[in-house]
Amino acid sequence: MSTTDRDEMSGAETTGHEWDGIKELNLPAPRWWLIVFLLTVIWGVGYMVVYPAWPTLSGEGNRGGTPGTAGWSSYSELSDSQQEIMTRRAAYLADFREASYDDILADPGLFEFARAGGGAAFKDNCATCHGTGGAGAPGYPNLNDDAWIWGGTHADIEASIAYGIRSAHGETRVSQMPAFGDLLSAEEISAVTGHVLSLGGGDSSTPLGAQIFSEQCALCHGEAGHGNRDLGAPNLADAIWLYGGTAGEISTQIRSPRHGQMPAWSGRLDADTIRQLTIFVHSLGGGEGAEDSGGSAR
Amino acid sequence: MSAQSEPLVLFAKAARVYPKRVWGRFRKLKWGAMVALLGVYYLAPFLRWDRGPHVPDQAILIDMPARRAYFFMFEIWPQEVYILTGLLVFSAIALFFVTSLFGRVWCGYACPQTVWTDLFVWVERLVQGDRTKRMRLAKAPWSLEKLGKLTLTHMLWLVIGLFTGGAWVLYFNDAPTLIEQALDGAIPWSVGVWILALTFSTYFMAGFARENVCTYYCPYSRFQSAMFDRDSLVIGYDTARGEPRGKHKAGDSWDERGDCIDCHQCVDVCPMGIDIRDGLQMQCIACGLCIDACDSIMDKVDRPRGLVRYDTTANQDARAEGRPEPSTLVRGRTLYYAAILAVVGGLILVGLLGRTEHSLHVLHDRNPLFVTLADGTVRNGYEVNILNKTHGDADYQLRVEGLPGAEMRLRTAGQEHSGDISVFANSVGHFRLFITAPKGRTDRHDFDIVLSDADGQVIDRYTTKFVTGDGR
Ligand code: HEC
Ligand code: HEC
Repeated sequence: MSTTDRDEMSGAETTGHEWDGIKELNLPAPRWWLIVFLLTVIWGVGYMVVYPAWPTLSGEGNRGGTPGTAGWSSYSELSDSQQEIMTRRAAYLADFREASYDDILADPGLFEFARAGGGAAFKDNCATCHGTGGAGAPGYPNLNDDAWIWGGTHADIEASIAYGIRSAHGETRVSQMPAFGDLLSAEEISAVTGHVLSLGGGDSSTPLGAQIFSEQCALCHGEAGHGNRDLGAPNLADAIWLYGGTAGEISTQIRSPRHGQMPAWSGRLDADTIRQLTIFVHSLGGGEGAEDSGGSAR
Repeated sequence: MSAQSEPLVLFAKAARVYPKRVWGRFRKLKWGAMVALLGVYYLAPFLRWDRGPHVPDQAILIDMPARRAYFFMFEIWPQEVYILTGLLVFSAIALFFVTSLFGRVWCGYACPQTVWTDLFVWVERLVQGDRTKRMRLAKAPWSLEKLGKLTLTHMLWLVIGLFTGGAWVLYFNDAPTLIEQALDGAIPWSVGVWILALTFSTYFMAGFARENVCTYYCPYSRFQSAMFDRDSLVIGYDTARGEPRGKHKAGDSWDERGDCIDCHQCVDVCPMGIDIRDGLQMQCIACGLCIDACDSIMDKVDRPRGLVRYDTTANQDARAEGRPEPSTLVRGRTLYYAAILAVVGGLILVGLLGRTEHSLHVLHDRNPLFVTLADGTVRNGYEVNILNKTHGDADYQLRVEGLPGAEMRLRTAGQEHSGDISVFANSVGHFRLFITAPKGRTDRHDFDIVLSDADGQVIDRYTTKFVTGDGR
C-alpha cells in the first residue's frame, strides 16, 4: 500500500483513487499558491482585528459591532469627507454670509459658488415637486417663468423657500380661496368662468360674469384679475396657469379650490443653503429686481 | 528516472539572451541614434518658446489641467484634438512608408523598446562583463560578488528608469518648476505616481521583457508582414555564398566550401537571440549587429564583407541566378504610401493653418426646453461659450440673426450684458443667453447666433434652434 502509484502517461503520482479505470492524479496546488493562500488567511485575521468586522447585539444605534483597533468606520470617513467639503466651502462661505444679494450678483466667484451650491441643493430637495429643471407640473409652479404667485425678487423667493407655503411654520405664506361651489349656482360659476377666460383677452365675458367677479373675486385677484402677491392670489389675466387654463379646469378651481402646499425649508436646510437656493431659482430666468415687485415680502 | 516518469511539458521557457559586444558600422549608427534620441527625450522639455504673458513658455507642453497642448509655434485646444489624431495616423503611415523603403529600421534603431534595452544591456555589460562572463555569473552559485554585481546592475537600471519617468512628466508640467519642486521633495502625488509607474515599466520592459516585447507583445512586428514583399530590405544571409559552412583553419583552401566559418558570432551578438542564417524570421528587428559581427570576421579571414547584409529577397534570388539586382526604392508600394502620407500631412497642415482663433459654441437648454412667459411669449435658454484662443483679452459682439423681433438677454455670472462682451486671453467665456421670440411664433425655428469682433466684423456663427410647445 505504501508504494506510490504513478500514472503511465504523465508520470505523475496518483492519489490511489480509481473510478472505472480512471485514476486521479495527485497534483497538489503549487507551493507558492499555498503560501499566498495562507498569507491571505493571516491578512484576514489581522483585518478583523484592525477594522470593524463582527456584528454585536449591543452597540450605539445601528452601529453595533466590534470597533476594530484602527478606529475606522464608514461613518467617520463620511464625516471626514464632509468636513473636508466644509473647509473648502468655508473659503467662500465667510464672504457669502457677509454679502448682500446685490454683492453676490456683482461678484462672479461668489455667484458661481452660490449657483452651483443652489443647483445641487435644488436637485436634492426641490426636484421632486418642481422638476429637475424647475419647470414644474400642474399644481407645482414653473420657477423659470416670470409669473410669480408670491413674488420673484430675491427677498420674496427666500421667504417662500424659508417659511414654506401653507406649511406648519409660524411665518408661512398662507391664504385660502373660498369654495364657491357652496356659494354660487352652477350658472353663476359658468358665467364667472367665462369672465376669467376673457381676462387674458377674449370675448367670453358676460355682464353677470363681470359682476360676480368684481363682487366675489376682485378682492383677492384684483379688478382686472392681475392677482395679488400678498395674498398669493395668482394673476388670472396672464398665460400661466397653476391648475390649467381650460374652462373645465378653471370652473373646478372655482367650485372647490385646490391649494398648493410647500414645506418650510428653514430648519431642514441651513440659512446658507436657502440663500444659495434663492440665487439659483432667481437665476433660472424669471428673477425680478427689487423695483419690479412692488414691495418685498419681509 | 525512466522516460515515462518525465512530466509532460508543453511550454518552453524563453531562454535569456546575453548579447555579445560588437563594433562596426551599424553599431556606431545605433550608438549615434541612441544618443540623439535620448538627448531629445531628456532635453526637449527644457526648450523655451516665448508666447507672451498669460501663456506658458515651454516649447513642448501638454497642460492637462488647463486642457492645452503646446508645440513650438503650434497650440491646440481640446476642440482640436483631431489634429493629434491626424498626427497619430501620420506617424503610423510614416512607419509603413519607412518600412517599405528600408525594412524594419524603426525596430532596429529608433523604437524606445530597442533604445532602452540597448542602454540596459550596456549597463549590464559595464558591471558584469561581456557575454560569457554574464552567462557564467548567471549560472554561478550565490556569492558576495554575484550579489554585489547584480545589485549594482539593478540599481543602475532603476536609476535610468527613474530618469525616464522623471523626464516623461516634464512634458506635462513646467519643467524648471517641477524640478525645483522635486529638489524640495514636494512634487504633487499625481506626478509621483507617473514617475514611479514609468520607472518600473522601464525597469521591467528593458531589464526583463526585452526581446520578448518585440516577439510577443508588439502588434507591429506581427502585421508588418502585410507591408513586406520581395523588394523589402531585410537582413539576409547569402546562402549561396556561405554554404556549405564549416570551420576553417588559416591556410586552408576556400575551394569547394562556403565562406561561413560557423564562428557563431552573428548569433552571439543578436539581441533577439536568433540565428540569421536560418533565413528571415519574425523576431529579426533588422538592427544590423550580425552584419557588423560577420564583417569583422570576414575581414579577419580575408574574405569579402557582406556575407550577412541588408538585402532584398528579390536581389538575393537574382544574384544566385546571375541576373542583375531588380529591387529599387521607387516602387508601387513606396509610391502609394508616400501619396497617403502627403494627403494626411496636407490635411494636418490645413487643420493647423485654418485654425480659428475665436470661436462660438452654443448649447440649447434641455430642461426645460422652453418656458412660456406671463404674456404668452416663449423664451428659450442657451449656454454660450466663446473661445478666445489668442494671447490677449478680446472684445466681442453677439447678436441673433434669422429670428425677427426676438429679444435677447445675455448674462455672465450674476450680471446682465448688452451684446458687448469681453473674454480674457487664452480662455473660454461662459455666458447665459435667453431669447424671447415675439408672440405668435409657434413653429420650431432654426436661426443663427452671430459672433463679431468689436468693429462688427463677423468672426463665427452658430446655427441653433428655437423651440416652442406646439411646433417642436
Ligand atoms: C412637496 C412639494 C414641494 C417641494 C419639495 C418644494 N416645493 Fe416649492 N412649491 C410647491 C408648491 C405646491 C408651490 C406653490 C404653492 C402655491 O400654490 O402657492 C411652491 C412654490 C414655490 C415657490 C414660490 C413660487 C411663486 O410663484 O411665488 C418657490 C420660490 C419655491 N416653491 C421654491 C422651492 C424650492 C427652492 C424648493 C426646494 C428647497 C421647493 N420649492 C420645494 C411645492 C414644493
Ligand atoms: C380669499 C382670496 C380669494 C378669493 C376671494 C378668490 N380667490 Fe381664486 N385663488 C386664490 C388663491 C390663494 C389661489 C391660489 C391657490 C394656490 O396657489 O394653490 C387662487 C387660485 C385661483 C385660480 C387658479 C389659478 C391658476 O393659475 O390655476 C382661479 C382660476 C381662481 N382662483 C379663480 C377665482 C375666482 C373666479 C374667484 C371668484 C369667484 C376667486 N378665485 C376668488 C384666492 C382667492
